[in-house]
Amino acid sequence: MDYTVKIGGEAGQGVDTVGTVLSKIFTRAGYFVFSHQDYESRIRGGHNFIQIRLSDRPVTASRDPVDILVALDRQSITDHEKELSDSGMVVYDAAALKEKFERPAFLNLPFTEIAVKQGGSKIMSNTVATGAVLGMLGMDPAIAREVIKDELKQKGEQVVKANLDSIEAGHALAGRECLRCSFTLPAAGQKKMLITGNEAIGLGAVLSGCKFYSGYPMTPSTGTFNFVAGKALECGIVVEQAEDEIAAINMAIGASFGGIRSMTASSGGGFSLMVEGLSLAAMTETPLVIGLAQRPGPATGLPTRTEQGELLFALYAGHGEFPRVIFAPGTAEQAVHLTSKAFDLAEKYQIPAILLTDQYLADTSWSYDSLNLETLHTVDYRLRGDAFRGLRTYKRHALTGNGVSPLGIPGDGQHLIVTDSDEHDEEGHIVEDAETRRRMVDKRLLKKMPLIKAEIEPPTLHGSDRPEVVVVGWGSTYGVMKEAVERLAPRNIAMLHFSEIYPFPNTQKLDYLALLRGAKKTICVEQNAMGKFATLVRSETGYSFGSHILKYDGRPFTVESLSGEIDAHVGRV
Amino acid sequence: MHTLEEYEGRTPAWCPGCGNFGIRKAFQQAMVELDLAPHQFTIVSGIGQSGKFPHYVRCNTFNGLHGRSLPVATGLKLANHAMPVFVFCGDGDCYGEGGNHLLNAMRRNINVTLFVHDNQIYGLTKGQASPTSMEGTASKTQPFGALAQPFNPMVLAVAMDCSFVARGFAGDIDHLKELMKEAIKHQGFSLVDILQPCVTFNRVNTYDWYRKRCYPVETAYDPNDRVEAFKKALEFGERIPLGVLYQHQRPIFEEKVPVLREKPLVRQEPLFPRVAGMLNEFY
Repeated sequence: MDYTVKIGGEAGQGVDTVGTVLSKIFTRAGYFVFSHQDYESRIRGGHNFIQIRLSDRPVTASRDPVDILVALDRQSITDHEKELSDSGMVVYDAAALKEKFERPAFLNLPFTEIAVKQGGSKIMSNTVATGAVLGMLGMDPAIAREVIKDELKQKGEQVVKANLDSIEAGHALAGRECLRCSFTLPAAGQKKMLITGNEAIGLGAVLSGCKFYSGYPMTPSTGTFNFVAGKALECGIVVEQAEDEIAAINMAIGASFGGIRSMTASSGGGFSLMVEGLSLAAMTETPLVIGLAQRPGPATGLPTRTEQGELLFALYAGHGEFPRVIFAPGTAEQAVHLTSKAFDLAEKYQIPAILLTDQYLADTSWSYDSLNLETLHTVDYRLRGDAFRGLRTYKRHALTGNGVSPLGIPGDGQHLIVTDSDEHDEEGHIVEDAETRRRMVDKRLLKKMPLIKAEIEPPTLHGSDRPEVVVVGWGSTYGVMKEAVERLAPRNIAMLHFSEIYPFPNTQKLDYLALLRGAKKTICVEQNAMGKFATLVRSETGYSFGSHILKYDGRPFTVESLSGEIDAHVGRV
Repeated sequence: MHTLEEYEGRTPAWCPGCGNFGIRKAFQQAMVELDLAPHQFTIVSGIGQSGKFPHYVRCNTFNGLHGRSLPVATGLKLANHAMPVFVFCGDGDCYGEGGNHLLNAMRRNINVTLFVHDNQIYGLTKGQASPTSMEGTASKTQPFGALAQPFNPMVLAVAMDCSFVARGFAGDIDHLKELMKEAIKHQGFSLVDILQPCVTFNRVNTYDWYRKRCYPVETAYDPNDRVEAFKKALEFGERIPLGVLYQHQRPIFEEKVPVLREKPLVRQEPLFPRVAGMLNEFY
């Protein structure tokens, strides 16, 4: 079973609500869900949609064919009718759309009229529509009742009852009226969890002991800010909306200097403002985690859409030479783990760590049976209390064998913590002499780099281990690449996915270079126009990809579109 | 009891006669009198001759970027609000580059004390006009003289309801020391603008120029009267008032953050929250 439900409508019509509730019902019922959103940068009007794929097997990307299209506006039909699968149906309210469609795939259900009849308001027509989808799928509404009760319990009994009645009415009506509906749902497994990329990063931060988060709202990074802020009381976190992103990163640096784990996040525009602060964190060796959720640029670009255009920006941002790590998770689960690893390495090596995501990863929901959180890194590398006070002498930037100096906390003991954005001596005071400069660069950069590089995990390989065709990508395209390659599996094909991007992984654990060199065809898949990752691979390894699939229209790949493009390239082998 | 020697940092690289020496001396004496040991407080500074200040005063130090001292100090204070945090920066640093942060520090009323070395000129970059330079101040980068009106930090601070607004003079160390103590004792965001002659690049606003104009506010002056404070703050020219110009005790930021009610963030355990239960909300 592998169905896609698409809900389309204007901003403000409740597309997101219907989508979220349906996703929750499906996962609670035990099905796997993958859902992605497509929305415009506006609060009312326009056209938005949410696309939910449900299956009894794990799913990691969106597909093109739509099985049920819930059309809350006329444009949903104009834009998406052509996407219907062979047995696909459009469900709509002719009264609301002021138009009736006689084609066989159309099911007219009076959502609004039923909602009003059930004692609800017009807005409850969305609940009727939700019920209708369940009716069309032939799904037992018991779990939907449970979800409605959970989601709406704060709104009072009356609201809950009206919604329950609406969902039942929608369910019953669709079950009765949809004679062409031939969907069958197999028995489901245990209930699943549902988590977005933004939430996963927030969860990873909280579980890593992040105690301070400063940010400035910017799509698509705001979801992480929301999540962490929601955990402030429960987990003892101070969150502050700064006056701008410059203040946000400097506050996070100040808090980290004060002895706590800190994070800030933004999208490309805000990160541009943070760049001087990034360099400051590096010079003062202050641990810092920065989330960079990409969207298409330059400048304001396409605020609500997706792109992978900032890899080299993240890599080269900041004046001067300094070490950093860059992680680009491919799934929500990876996002949790890599956020944790970012906090760990940032503190262990006293460096900035960048979590590079994009709108697609940030806003997409993944489902899991559960997440394994036992392996998260939770080591406190700071020198606290007696360990600090017991030292005879202390120098914040002491020259050590591995370049890492003990990280004390100001006010924690008699020793002074001194640091400077100027070049400094071991104590942290301004210096200009050539010898100290050379030794500090050796310490801060050259000694640490190989150690950090040794922490980096190799890319993930899926498919054939001696492939003729290798599809390579990074970050958010993991899921869609995996399914596209699986679909092409009759060929001798594999995919190589990089999520620990910098320092660039060595080939000790997995000789990906031998794999690439041994293949007949290598294709680098990226959501940008210039092949930023391919450029990085070339500069790090000397390897040049044979071909590229580059998408820069701001929309994510689907399984069909990507496998089609790969197939077209492979056909030429 | 601490001694002045305990606060003796590195040898200053300031020009002989620089107003910064007076500020340093006043601060060191204030620390002795407040009985604050060097490790018990942190100075955050920016870039400019003022930015070097903490290197010349033994203390915890974060000498950061130009204009960005206040956000660093805010983050630090939220991490450990039990520790006094002072910011030392210059007129270009705080009133120019970091203007937005100044506005928002005043709005938040974070319990940080800001000392601005206001010499009405850029010293480190050799003599360009600063936000507080008098109109017409000529320099290599202002060939027709400074064309903008000078910035009046006192007027802005009163308008923003900054909870402690004061002006001192680097040439009157005793007065400045008392002002510093008062500002540090004040609970809430404090701004102390310190008139500081630049003996190398500012040939107009000299020690003599300030001495002729500066006067301590009258003993009858009531800094709690905002309208009077506004009038006082507008005085800058033939007469320049020194002292506390405005004070308004209002709730401080840290006290409004629920998470900080019990103890400073840096002292809170456990460091890593329990995993169990964290996933429940996703089902």
